[in-house]
Parts: sequence; structure tokens; C-alpha cells
Amino acid sequence: MATRFKHPAQDVAGLGTGRALGFLAPAMLLIAAFLVFPAIWTIYIGITNYRLTGVEAVSPSMVGLTNYTRALNDALFHNALWLTMLFVLGSAIVGQNILGFTLAWILRRARPAVRRTVEALTLLAWILPSTVVAYLWVAFFDRDTGTLNSILGTTGTAWLIDYPMVCLVVFNTWRGTAFSMMLYSSALQAVPPSQLESARMVGASGWQTLRDIVFPHIRGHVLTNTLLISLWTANDFSPFLLTKGGPNHESETVPVYIYNVALQGGELGYSSAISFLLLLANLLVSLIYLRLLRRRA
Amino acid sequence: MAGIDIEGLATVYPNGVRAVDGLDLHVADGEFFALLGPSGCGKTTLLRTIAGLESASEGTVRIDSVDVTRTEPGKRGVAMVFQDYALFPHMNVAENITYPLKVRRVAAATRAETAERTAGELSLNGLLERRPGQLSGGQQQRVALARAIASQGKVLLLDEPLSNLDARLRLEARTFLKKLQRDLGITTVFVTHDQAEALALADRIAVMESGKLRQLGTPREVFARPVNTFVANFIGSTPMNLLPGVVSSSGVSAAGGTLPAAASIPSGAEVTVGIRPEYLTLSTGDAIGPGLRGTVVVAENLGVQSLVSVDCDGTLIGVTVPEEQEPSVGKPVFLTAPPDRVLLYDRESGELLARQPVA
Repeated sequence: MATRFKHPAQDVAGLGTGRALGFLAPAMLLIAAFLVFPAIWTIYIGITNYRLTGVEAVSPSMVGLTNYTRALNDALFHNALWLTMLFVLGSAIVGQNILGFTLAWILRRARPAVRRTVEALTLLAWILPSTVVAYLWVAFFDRDTGTLNSILGTTGTAWLIDYPMVCLVVFNTWRGTAFSMMLYSSALQAVPPSQLESARMVGASGWQTLRDIVFPHIRGHVLTNTLLISLWTANDFSPFLLTKGGPNHESETVPVYIYNVALQGGELGYSSAISFLLLLANLLVSLIYLRLLRRRA
Repeated sequence: MAGIDIEGLATVYPNGVRAVDGLDLHVADGEFFALLGPSGCGKTTLLRTIAGLESASEGTVRIDSVDVTRTEPGKRGVAMVFQDYALFPHMNVAENITYPLKVRRVAAATRAETAERTAGELSLNGLLERRPGQLSGGQQQRVALARAIASQGKVLLLDEPLSNLDARLRLEARTFLKKLQRDLGITTVFVTHDQAEALALADRIAVMESGKLRQLGTPREVFARPVNTFVANFIGSTPMNLLPGVVSSSGVSAAGGTLPAAASIPSGAEVTVGIRPEYLTLSTGDAIGPGLRGTVVVAENLGVQSLVSVDCDGTLIGVTVPEEQEPSVGKPVFLTAPPDRVLLYDRESGELLARQPVA
């Protein structure tokens, strides 16, 4: 079979271009159908007045950047952005990061049985389906028969209504800590023990050891982890399962707002525009992290 | 400066292994002391127990007459250089050297001064701004030593100080280390598995096996008069000849011949005869007096010397000869030894019999 490869070394499998493309095609088709097309479609309907029902559902018309200018002046969108920032800061950057690192640091010297048990329990929170977990937390926070109220003796406190964002932050910290813990556990193993022992020999305190020896070693891991959990949290839809964005938009993060605009309000065009703005925000955050990551201390 | 007193020390790991097993040891003030033994003999565990990185299960460690057995490593007045030097890659040389001072919150100006001075003592001038990754192995080791010195401990501990250097640099570093220790006069304990290193550096050597002390002495004592066959086997670049023998009226018969022996041991006793290749004399002329007769099997060039293996009645015996006297293979030769160099060990226990004054 004739191939287009100039050197045999480039075609190690000996397939030739045609058959090689043949093997690639199914994967490419799936990616195109479920990833590339919806993405482009979202950008497209973002500049239309496409709706879920009504005349515009049948024949949407182009509205240019109207959706985007509307978003910039939309108080509810601003509210959603602010709540998303709080959610990311509270549950990911602070909550999951610090709790995950603390667990990893403590478990490092724990007995293997203790370590495995804590790891398994933490992982369980991470691998359970969102719907199951959300149901558990709704039960936990319930006003009349909730576990939390039983423990605290505060029957009648409607946590999800009175403190919706606090509940979401606690919930997401609990749910996502496993990833940070696992990542930091393996990162800590990369710190040479002799360096920790050197610090011990000169009498460095626990905090001094962390600041001077451990963090410089795992700086890259901290940045990567923070990036990943920030993006996941910003795009997380499970807040909807707990509070549906309420009460009165008090816990309506951007993904929840997008859903409410699209399916409650039926404005698919507008919600697509907001989706695209969220994508841009994610991109911006990623670029900042990458810049930090590249800057070697 | 201070001595170290170790009494009945044992370090037992959670899995029940007694890495250090009931050890008594005294390291004098200002002494350069070697812990020598094969891997797994407990020497590093002993060093780490002195440092406080492992906790003693039994016994006591005293530094400068103060019981530090339960004291935190940072409060013992002990500095340690690790085998991999454990330099902090994100700090430059000056920051590495003065890290012990930073921990104690010493002012920056004093730290800079200390860095400058210590670097000068260790020929690291001009490297203070570099990162450890930009240094050679020898320079890295000196930075690690500088950091240990800057912490101003009473005792310096070195874990395999030369093992991470290549062969040529190792000799250079060995000389440097010995001179540095002399100049500083600081009590120093180091761990090595290399007997040549221990012999070259140490004032005294503790030879260890399975967590126990097998011999304690000066390099000369340990080399010339190993107190048991384990030490005899372990010390020396060319292994000591250990032959089964029987004591007779004229000496000790072994390998088809007779060697002189100064020991007063009853005739007929079964012993292991130990003699270093360096102490045997090889002659090609007529046999005079007691000795071993054999033929040359192999001659290995060691530079200024050759190690000749001689087949004496089926037993291979090593003997070193000056390079110009290397005999050809197959030549019949005669081996003799001075009586005070022939060591007799108990065949069963491997312990040295009949102690004689050191030659």
C-alpha cells in the first residue's frame, strides 16, 4: 500500500494514512457531535432571540450583540456572578484547598488503617452521584426533621432558606475535598523526607516547615489544584439541586441562573449568551493561573 | 564542644526489628568517630537516634553530659548532614546556609555575615547567590556542611558523607573533611559502609553488625587486630585470608603448610587462621623456616601493588607483592609471615584467641 509518509519511522504501526484516519473517525465523529457542534451551536443561538416556546422557537431571528449588552446591565446576572465568586472562594479556594491539605498533612503520619478509612469516607463524598448527595443534604438541612437541627437542638431553623450560600459552601467543601486531599497526598510524597528532617534538626516549627520547605515544593500542585477546583466549582450545577437558586435569587450562581433563564424563562438565546460569557470567564481565570504557574519563584 | 555517651541504647522498629540492640558507646570531645558496617547493620539508625530523628526504645543518649534521650532533634545541639545533603532547591546558597539562623529569628544582617564567613571557611566564596541545582556535587556537599556548621551545634553528624560523590572527588572531599574537622575541633560522628573511608578519616571506628558493636578501636587496631572473623572479613581493601587450621608445637598448620604463631594455645586446638595479604611475604627461592608452599594462579594489578592468588594445597591464599615482583602464573612460590601477624580465631565463635600487644 502506498503511504504518504516520507520516512517509515513515522508510520510505526504500518497502517497507512487511509486506515489510520479510519480508526480515528469514530472518535472524531462523537467529539464533533457531542462537543464541537453544541459549543458552536451555543455561540450561534447566543446572537439570536431563540426561545423555548412561541414564534421565536420556530423562526428565531438574529439580534446581534443585544443579548450581551443586556447581560451587562442585568442585575440578576451581576448577582449570579457575585454569588459564584463567593461560592468559588468559600468552597473551593478556601474550603476544599485548606481542608484537603490539612487532611493530607495529618494523614501522612497516621496509621495505615486510619488513613485508609478517612480516605475512603472522603472519596465516598466525591464519587456519589450529585442527586443522591443533594438529597442527603436536603435531609440534613431540613427545617422540621433535619439532622443538623437535631444535633444542634435548633428545630425550626430553615438552613437552606435562612443561610442558603453558607449551606452551599459547606456542602461543596464536603463534596469536593477528596480531590484536593488525594492530590496533596501525592504531592507531599514528592517532598524529600531528608529536607523535612533537616528542618526538624534545626528546630523549625510545624508552620516554619510548611512555609519554608513544603509549600515551595508543592507550589505547582497548589496552583493546578486551585485552578481545577475553581473551574469545577464555578461550573457546578448541584447548587440547583439544593436550593434551586432561591430564596429570591439568594443562591443563584451563574450555572443555576443560566438554567433558570433557559428553562423557567424559556429564553434560550439569552441563556446561551450568558453561557458563553461564563466560558470566557473560565478562560480568563485559566490564563491567569497558567501565567502564575509559569512564573517560577 | 561535647562528648556523646550512649548507654544500653536500643532502637526497635514497630515491626519488632531491633535495628540498634543494646549498645554502649562513648565518643570523646572533639573526636572524629566512624560507625562502620554492612548495610542493615543499624549504623544509620544509631546515628538517627543520636540525632533524635528516631526515638530510643531503651537506654540513654547523653550529649555534653545532658540526657537528651527524649529531647526534640532541634533542641539537642546536634547538626546533621544527610546523605543527599537535603539542600532546599528553592533557596540560594546563602539562604540554605543561614536557614538554621532564620528559624531562630536571627536578624538578617547577622545572617548575611554568617553566610559570608561560613562560605569563606568552606571555599564557597562567590557562590552565595547560586541555587543548589547550579552547583557541583562537591560544592553541594560543602553547602550542606556549611549549613550544619552555621547551626552551631555541639555535635556534627554525617550520614554517608562521601557516598554521593564520584570516585575522584571522593578522595578530595575526604581530605577536605578531615582537615575541616581538625580545624573546627567539633565532635563528629559519621556513618559509612566503606571501610577504607572509615580507616582514612576516623580517630576511632565502631564496627557494627546486626545492631551490635563488634569492635571498637583506632583504625590501626581494627585493621591489624580484628577481634573476630566478621571484622577481619569486613576491614581491608583486599580481604583477609581466613583458613581452617590446627595448632601444633611449631605454630599452626593450615593449607598444607605451617605458619608461625605467637599465641600460647594448646596443640591440637582447631582454629581459623587469619592473615592479611599485606602481611604475607612471597618468595620464589628455597623454602626456609615455616611457611606455605603453592603455585601462582592469578595476579591482579592494583597499581603500585599486585594481588597474587596462590593455590596452597587446594586453598586460595591472597598475598600482595610490590608491582615489580609480580610472579608469573604457574610459578611455585613460598609464603611466610611474621608470627605477630598471624591471628588465631576460635573455629566455633569466630572470636580472636590469645590477645597480644598491638604491633
